[in-house]
Amino acid sequence: MSAEVVLYDLPGPRARRRALIGTVVVLALAAALAYVVVRRLADRGQFEAELWTPLISPTHENFVRVWELLGQGLLATLMAAALAIVASLAIGTLLGSTRILLSASPKAGLRALRLPLVGGIELFRGLPVVPATYFAYTVLPELGLDFRGWPGGNLMWYVVIGLTAYNSVVIAEILRAGVASLPRGQAEAARAIGMTEGVAMRLVLLPQAFRVMLPALISQLVVILKDTSLGYFIGYQETLWRGLRLSQNFDNPIQTLLVVGLLFIGLNYLLSLGAVRLERRLSRTMSGAVSPTV
Amino acid sequence: MDPVLDNLDLFWSGFRNSVGFMALAAVGSVALGTVIAAFRVSPVAPLRFFGTAYVTVVRNCPLTIVLFFFAFGLPEIGINRSFYTFALVALVVYTAAFVCEALRSGINSVSAGQAEAARAIGLRFGQSMTEIVLPQAFRSAIPPLGSVLIAMCKNSAVVGVFGVSGHLMSVARQLNSGEGLPALPIYTGTAIGFLIITVPAGILLGRIERKVAIVR
Repeated sequence: MSAEVVLYDLPGPRARRRALIGTVVVLALAAALAYVVVRRLADRGQFEAELWTPLISPTHENFVRVWELLGQGLLATLMAAALAIVASLAIGTLLGSTRILLSASPKAGLRALRLPLVGGIELFRGLPVVPATYFAYTVLPELGLDFRGWPGGNLMWYVVIGLTAYNSVVIAEILRAGVASLPRGQAEAARAIGMTEGVAMRLVLLPQAFRVMLPALISQLVVILKDTSLGYFIGYQETLWRGLRLSQNFDNPIQTLLVVGLLFIGLNYLLSLGAVRLERRLSRTMSGAVSPTV
Repeated sequence: MDPVLDNLDLFWSGFRNSVGFMALAAVGSVALGTVIAAFRVSPVAPLRFFGTAYVTVVRNCPLTIVLFFFAFGLPEIGINRSFYTFALVALVVYTAAFVCEALRSGINSVSAGQAEAARAIGLRFGQSMTEIVLPQAFRSAIPPLGSVLIAMCKNSAVVGVFGVSGHLMSVARQLNSGEGLPALPIYTGTAIGFLIITVPAGILLGRIERKVAIVR
């Protein structure tokens, strides 16, 4: 808790007493608030067993069916997220490194090419995912690009395109910041041993930029996973869509949305957990590679 | 672009409504986010716990779920408001978690030595706060806070498809799926509407970022 270290002195006896009084008061207020909420929920019959059992009781006649449908939704969410993540990382890396290489190029013609690229990146960065997805969903079929017959379900590709359009340029910018944060000596050393700009980018700069920017990249991947639920609005049958359908059946929106929300929180938690593992592994190999053996 | 030009007044009113909505949401989420950030760094343990729990839950939950929880959940327990209010509150509740983290990262970026030096020269808690810690914290919090607010403007497009009428995105849907006008010009017009807000905001933020940057 470095924040506390900055903000406060080590508490003395009086400050500790004040904090204790504060704790008691807050706990009392929280208890009162919790009582009001629970009372209100109970008054409106939100604790009736029939609202909860389809979701949580394996003995309920519909339990298996409910989780089958939620499972299909989860699968749809994960598929769209995985494809959008892979596409965004690939396109983002390409865009980011191209932008750096173009602006560093000694040829004026190539440097000029950077302008449309930067313009495009800024454009897509300012475009929200919702209109981008609607754009893909309505405009592409008009132009003869119909993905409805593609594997993976009727509408998934529009969600993937909408998510990729925005997130790939965000990832490009993250990587660019990562490369910019590296010491100049890295690029110079790579050039000195005879690597071309492109090879230096691929073998020296990008791997380090990925490592430096891993926390920012991970939060962006969490954003992609969360934003797959925007597919609901064009009718993609992901977790939220399934959940809302079920809640119409059982008339239990609070309970179902609670479960769906927990599913998303769990998924994101797993994603972040995997990322922390990856980060630890990467930093181990990095320290092994960098530290001199003397 | 005829379908857009013919309906320019609709787009214009959608644009104005969207900007108004974004402004309200920005004020609300900065206010709530500041409160949550204060909770997170407070010396009172339960407040700290609440702040941390709030941020963890809300940050990992999609905005759409927060939105539906308010719109479909609250009426079940007898709280009925307009879709507009629900959408606004949901966006504020969602964005506040990110505002809180931006502010907290600003506080964390102030090195402990600064506060120690303030105490060493005899400043009291209030003085060290207002003269030393918060001005620096605020400066480093501006760039992330700006990105959070720009992201909030973009997220507000969700409320247009969610059922709030008069928003830029609802105008597009009404013209395209409602009146059957071709999608390409309609959605291009909508995209331009958003870009008019977000691109200058991004450029402005870049300027401010360079201006407030602290070389440590």
